[in-house]
Amino acid sequence: MFTETPFIRRKRRAERIAQCFFAGMAAAMVIPLFLIIGYIVIKGAPAISWEFLTENPRSGGAKGGIWAAIVGTFYIVFFSLAVSAPIGVLAAVYLSEYARENWFTRMVHLAVVNLAGVPSIVHGLFGVGAFVYFANFNDGKKSIIAAALTLAVMTLPVIITSTKEALAAVPRQFREACWNVGATRWQTIWRIVLPNSISGILTGVILQVSRTAGETAPVMLTGVATYKLLESTGLFLYHPIRDQCMALSMHLYYIATQANNVPAATPYAIATVLVGVVLVVNAAAIVFRIYLRSRKKW
Amino acid sequence: MANSSEKRPSRGALALLSERTIESLIYVCGFSAIIFVFGIFFFVFKEGAPFLTKLNFTEFFFSKEWIPTSTVQPKYGIGALIVGTVSVTVVAMAIAVPFGLGAAVFVSEFCTGKVKESLKIIIELLAAVPSVVWGFIGLSVMSPVIIAVFHVPVGVNLFNAALLLALMSVPIMVSIGEDALKAVPDSYREAAVALGATRWQMVYRVLIPAARNGLLAAVLLGVGRAIGETMAVLMATGHAVNIPDSLFDPVRTLTATIAAELGETSHGSDHYQVLFLIGVVLFSITFVVNLTADLVVKGIRKG
Amino acid sequence: MTKRSTFLPRILPGATAIAAALMVAGCGPSSDSGSTGTGKRTTIANMGSDTMVNLAAAWAEAYAEVDKAVLIEVNGGGSGVGIKGLINGTAELANASRHMEEREKSELKEKRQVEPREYVIGYDALSIFVHKDNPLDEITMEQLGEIYRADGKITKWSDLGVTNIPGAKGDEIIRVSRQNNSGTYEYFKEVVVGDQNEFKLGSLDMNGSKDVVELVGRTPNAIGYSGMGYANESVKTLKVARKAGDPAVAPSIATTHDETYPIARPMYFYTAGEPEPHVKRYIDWVLSPAGQKHVEETGYVPLAGN
Repeated sequence: MFTETPFIRRKRRAERIAQCFFAGMAAAMVIPLFLIIGYIVIKGAPAISWEFLTENPRSGGAKGGIWAAIVGTFYIVFFSLAVSAPIGVLAAVYLSEYARENWFTRMVHLAVVNLAGVPSIVHGLFGVGAFVYFANFNDGKKSIIAAALTLAVMTLPVIITSTKEALAAVPRQFREACWNVGATRWQTIWRIVLPNSISGILTGVILQVSRTAGETAPVMLTGVATYKLLESTGLFLYHPIRDQCMALSMHLYYIATQANNVPAATPYAIATVLVGVVLVVNAAAIVFRIYLRSRKKW
Repeated sequence: MANSSEKRPSRGALALLSERTIESLIYVCGFSAIIFVFGIFFFVFKEGAPFLTKLNFTEFFFSKEWIPTSTVQPKYGIGALIVGTVSVTVVAMAIAVPFGLGAAVFVSEFCTGKVKESLKIIIELLAAVPSVVWGFIGLSVMSPVIIAVFHVPVGVNLFNAALLLALMSVPIMVSIGEDALKAVPDSYREAAVALGATRWQMVYRVLIPAARNGLLAAVLLGVGRAIGETMAVLMATGHAVNIPDSLFDPVRTLTATIAAELGETSHGSDHYQVLFLIGVVLFSITFVVNLTADLVVKGIRKG
Repeated sequence: MTKRSTFLPRILPGATAIAAALMVAGCGPSSDSGSTGTGKRTTIANMGSDTMVNLAAAWAEAYAEVDKAVLIEVNGGGSGVGIKGLINGTAELANASRHMEEREKSELKEKRQVEPREYVIGYDALSIFVHKDNPLDEITMEQLGEIYRADGKITKWSDLGVTNIPGAKGDEIIRVSRQNNSGTYEYFKEVVVGDQNEFKLGSLDMNGSKDVVELVGRTPNAIGYSGMGYANESVKTLKVARKAGDPAVAPSIATTHDETYPIARPMYFYTAGEPEPHVKRYIDWVLSPAGQKHVEETGYVPLAGN
């Protein structure tokens, strides 16, 4: 052991100060998150009940539940990921397995980066121009399919990026071994690369569920109605092409800013549900990731 | 690779065909990102373009009079909206950059094992809170707090929105910043420690200069996110066409204007087209910001 | 390795089947087939004014019990959007909180060769709200104009003789308004600001009627306008006088009917030409006491005699 000279002690103290300083920086972001989410949950949780989740809104959202919004959000998330996940995964396969190092690949990379940075409201404008009016699914009216496609384009770059990372994690030797026994490139991908990276790919896709579920601005321009009555509490009430739907995110905005005579707890309850969806989805993704990482054999 | 497969007798024509099909599909999907980037620009521009002939560019960019529904003389000046967007972004970054980079340093240099993992997870969660929830927080939680704490007349203002944007853009800065710090070779750290530097000195003198480009890219991506954010600023800025004099003045941003007004504007009207032109402006701004960030990142890889 | 390499091919057919099943179920006769068992329902597409969307939704809900064969689809978007829908044929019933403009009438005639039919279905009285602690009780239309107009002179509470608002920070009047294409904004502009004038920029332009009231309730310095029905305990409704010296009148059902309250307007249904029988039955029900009951419940002013 060293004897502590004043110099070392000073150094130690500086060390500790540095650590505290940076820990403080991190805490300054993390603690507000907990406080705010805690506040919302405390104010919103008492209003959440089975009826709140499974009943349609009544009296302009003042009474009843949020079932229609939950179903709408589910529709949008489902259709958008059904489109963006396959395209995104295949695009990532192209980038990591087929693309050569040239200017064109560089362009694709740039496009992915820029697509990820396009503001959500601009995606919304694109959806209005391309899907509502140009593709004209629903006579120039908003529709679920337009909203879902808009979000699909929006989530595409993120799925590409996460899938690419997952594919890159598969060791090159696996591929080489497969090629050596005479498999084609696609056979290698299908039999070796995808099965070995499916965990990473799915984690990336699952994380997009929470993003699409929370998105508001693009869908409110392309497919979400502020108030859309449902006949009953069935699951398949919306027609994906002819109908607009309600959505949780938009419902929160509507309840918080427009609906009259709403109990004070209702917007907090909707926010709690939204945050809950995000937490559950992210937690699921994390658990999934840890579980599959533990099974990894290399 | 494909050539060798043609000579294999064991595979049926059908398998070959389906393989060909799927590979061409992969190529198409690979290009999809490029198609969509151009598609976005094309469709947004297409909806707004008819108004270009009537547009007075000086008035558009520099006038602070945004009166699109006037029955006398509509005025389409987005000067105040640009100032709003810029001011909210600048204030947000003034808060987020030190905290975001500080947190990145903390996660990357001072944490190990479980703590590091859980911090990263929490930061991921922070990134996943929907923006409409942030907006709701700004509107109903922070607004009264800001009135009470800062003794200002109105609680939905520049500062409120900037604070939300700071919290929203910190996660991306932390994760990119942490990547940048991770890319600094350990030999740098070892050399610094061997020279007797404290960790504070190591961060300040060695790591930050070495990871400069990556950190800059992290900041730029944060800026991009802040400029493009919509719902939170719609609900928390106060949405007033106003050049702010102080941190606590209400402002209005480009994004929020589109979100608030497009829904009730009839398709093809002047007002509608101008809102799409604002979209083109936003697209261009974020395009430049992201491109710069990307080039900066590529800079570190090469250098 | 061998075990897992078959993982993907094995789950894929299953996943595809599930997805396909959902698609089919989703695309099927979904939105028309209620589980109420009454067979196919006729829908009435009802859209337009955001001011009226709560009321229209309340009606639609109640009418579902009255006539089980009809489903009313309510959408907001603004009066202009509703009328536009009428012209395009995407709406059968437009909600409007303003008169149909001549331009819109001629467009309807051109596209569908019909005249619009107009029904007054209730009134909307705009209240002027201030914070509940504000000592001000009444205001004149001129003063309101001076506050909201571009060249208006009143910018401080002291200009109105109000000097001690508890909790106020400074003397500035915080103007709360609505987004520039809402029906409420247009109406307020018409009667208070004046058609030939502009709003003074820098007001807080809220996106919803409730937003205005909530913001005023949280902001001691604020003044705002919104539907009478949106009042809550955090705000005070001012009495309004047509001009200085006239008696100031509080908004109410009675003062709307006798037209002594100056900022009230009728709300309309529009149809393209004569309504079809099922639409007509709905309109008749809306105008009946059973329908008008909901007008008052949602905070608007029912037709006289109800």
